[in-house]
Amino acid sequence: MDFINAIVLLLNYIFVPALAYGSQLALGAIFVTLIYGILRFANFATGDMMSFGTMVTILFTWYFQSLGASLGFLPTALIAIPFAIIFMVGYMLLIDKFVFKYYRVSKSPPVQLAMVSIGVMFVTQAVVRIIIGPSDRRFFDGEKFLIKAGEFKEMTGLNEGLAIKSTQVITIVVTLILVSALFWFLNKTKTGKSMRAYSDNEDLALLSGIDPKKIVMITWIIAGVLATIGGALYGLDKSFKPFTYFNNMLPIFAAAIVGGIGNPFGAFLGGYVIAFSEILLTYAYKKFFMYLLPESLEPNTLVQLLSTDYKFAVSFSILVIVLLYRPSGIFKGKIL
Amino acid sequence: MRKNLNVIAAYTIMMGLIILVGIFQSWNIALSIFNLCLISAVMTMGANIQWGYAGLINFGIMGYTALGGLAAVLISVDPVQEAWSAGGSNILLSLLLIIGMVLAVKYVLKKYEKSKVRTYIIATIIIAGIIIIRFVSEPGIEAIEEVDPAKTGFLGGFGLPIIFSWIVGALFAGGLAFVIGKVALGLRADYLAIATLLISEIVIAIIKHEDWLTRGVKNVIGLKRPAPYEVNLQQTDWFINLVEKFNSSKLNLITDLTERQAALNQFVVEGSSIFVKLCYSGLFLIVVIILLILTQKALYSPWGRMMRAIRDNEEAANAMGKNVVKQHLLIFVLGSAIVGIAGAMLVTQDGLFTPGSYRPMRYTFLIWVMVIVGGSGNNFGAILGGFVVWFLWIESAPIGLYLVNLTTAGLADTHFLKVHLIESVPYFRFLMMGIGLLLIMRYRPKGILPEKIEIK
Repeated sequence: MDFINAIVLLLNYIFVPALAYGSQLALGAIFVTLIYGILRFANFATGDMMSFGTMVTILFTWYFQSLGASLGFLPTALIAIPFAIIFMVGYMLLIDKFVFKYYRVSKSPPVQLAMVSIGVMFVTQAVVRIIIGPSDRRFFDGEKFLIKAGEFKEMTGLNEGLAIKSTQVITIVVTLILVSALFWFLNKTKTGKSMRAYSDNEDLALLSGIDPKKIVMITWIIAGVLATIGGALYGLDKSFKPFTYFNNMLPIFAAAIVGGIGNPFGAFLGGYVIAFSEILLTYAYKKFFMYLLPESLEPNTLVQLLSTDYKFAVSFSILVIVLLYRPSGIFKGKIL
Repeated sequence: MRKNLNVIAAYTIMMGLIILVGIFQSWNIALSIFNLCLISAVMTMGANIQWGYAGLINFGIMGYTALGGLAAVLISVDPVQEAWSAGGSNILLSLLLIIGMVLAVKYVLKKYEKSKVRTYIIATIIIAGIIIIRFVSEPGIEAIEEVDPAKTGFLGGFGLPIIFSWIVGALFAGGLAFVIGKVALGLRADYLAIATLLISEIVIAIIKHEDWLTRGVKNVIGLKRPAPYEVNLQQTDWFINLVEKFNSSKLNLITDLTERQAALNQFVVEGSSIFVKLCYSGLFLIVVIILLILTQKALYSPWGRMMRAIRDNEEAANAMGKNVVKQHLLIFVLGSAIVGIAGAMLVTQDGLFTPGSYRPMRYTFLIWVMVIVGGSGNNFGAILGGFVVWFLWIESAPIGLYLVNLTTAGLADTHFLKVHLIESVPYFRFLMMGIGLLLIMRYRPKGILPEKIEIK
């Protein structure tokens, strides 16, 4: 019994939250990696583009709520997301047309494009803050928990409860559907294959008659979808605050690089690597050992490897280690 | 002279703008803008050395700034004797252990050939070291943080004049840059940017949460000043006389003696804070001028030419026998050290150290906007960028308010759109910075004052 209790404890505090957080990071990381692989620059506006998508989702959610629409136990935001995606894709294509296209056509070095993305970051951040303000917003409605800790205890008769938030389930399910659709698109369809070819070798792809304009447009459309859904899921699960989204750019970058930048599957797994290591290393294992060990051996400290304050630092340290020992990432991406 | 006409014109306009602020808003605001412009200028000079001279991209400016600030705290605060006796020995012991660990790793690296076993040995040393260090330091840290936590709760510093911290800040930042450079400089440009950005976040995390060293988010306030205190100034005779002389024409208009005294007091209070700010301006100006002379000399020296050669064609420079790796490391350290000086200056001016306020937007990306807007590779351009961008950063709120009022003039004061826009005026600065950066990058990619190479 103690053993099961210990496992449930880990599930509740580590596995489920890390899986949800990892999915959110994974979507962002695929976004970064796609832009990097096809448009060939590090997009520093990632976090703010996600916050823009989330902001649009929130605005649509408010609108639908004011109309009285609801999905019952599911959050209203789910109806809002498709509309937000359309809006967001438009925004992405607009930015590309007025900002990035010029540098792409004139074949500027990647660093210059990265600098330009900082300009986009400033502008997007300003737009978000001017429209919705810098404060913390929750836009979740519907049923909060799928399984409540108390109910779980009653059901199983265990000491430890397992709480599963509905947002966590939505996050994981949506991520899996989206990512499988994306991989199907990249691996099976003609457009997807030509995108991969373009990312692999631009000149050769152009020679074989691939239209670069189309590739770039589709990349931005996918990026818009990923940014909106990734951002909205994070906002649903936690809360929406422009500053947090800006900060999330950092673990997202870490996930993309750890997974091997330019490699979408690597980025997907990288998100989970970062999320799990952040939570595993900062969790206090005292209770876990109390269940497993006999009383005489019980630890009297928290058995916490690192204080939770260092959550971000963990993912960055992993990144530094990966960069040092395997600069192309865990799953081979582009070599640095 | 003619060659430098645009430089002179640009600086004259900039000074004119600051003077306008002085006339229309207040001299106090103008001087605080000017002081922060000077500090920004030091930062941009540091970033410009790395980016403009050598093409190294460093997004870790925030980390070096914070380290400079930490130096200001560690140098100027008086040591907390109780904390030292409570946990000082543990901390010193852990410090020795860290040094021992590093030496052991170095020894293993030197002694054995590269192999799997060596990697495992090193990993064991590091993991065992961290566990031992935690056991040794934990009681010490707890004891230190319990010493009067409302006021101290940290080890304190050395109790020296804060000016010394400007040099120590440079050493701190340079030391960190050396370690980072050794690790990360081999990476390609945009990876280097990401890696330095993340490392600077780690630095901030440590400064924020190691309370025994920095008091963390509890902040350190009331640092010693290199300039006199306003309260003391207001009671010194020579200063009151000076203010009286300056304002004699206004004072002479007032005949009533008590009223005159009240007016004089008002002038003295205002004057004292202006005087203090002027003291800082003088100190900062000295630093900026010294650094400008040094960087200009370096730019036109054989070393500067070599750096540009490395920047423009690394392979060719390498083939000519220049040690690219070493020079990159050197310039990375030098630039970061200059940023460290700026960090210490900033804390010196504020008189407080608030680890929570270090955010990448303000201390990394804004500095980069300054370098790009001003003109990378040109020291005068970089300094000008610091001035222009900081000026706009501060003045964009009033400008934004004015624009909002202008465009929504037709709406009633209570109209929701107008209220909303006026509330969000502070964020117009991000918009201005972003649009400014995008426009400059598009239409004047070399900045306001572009790089000019002249062989002397």
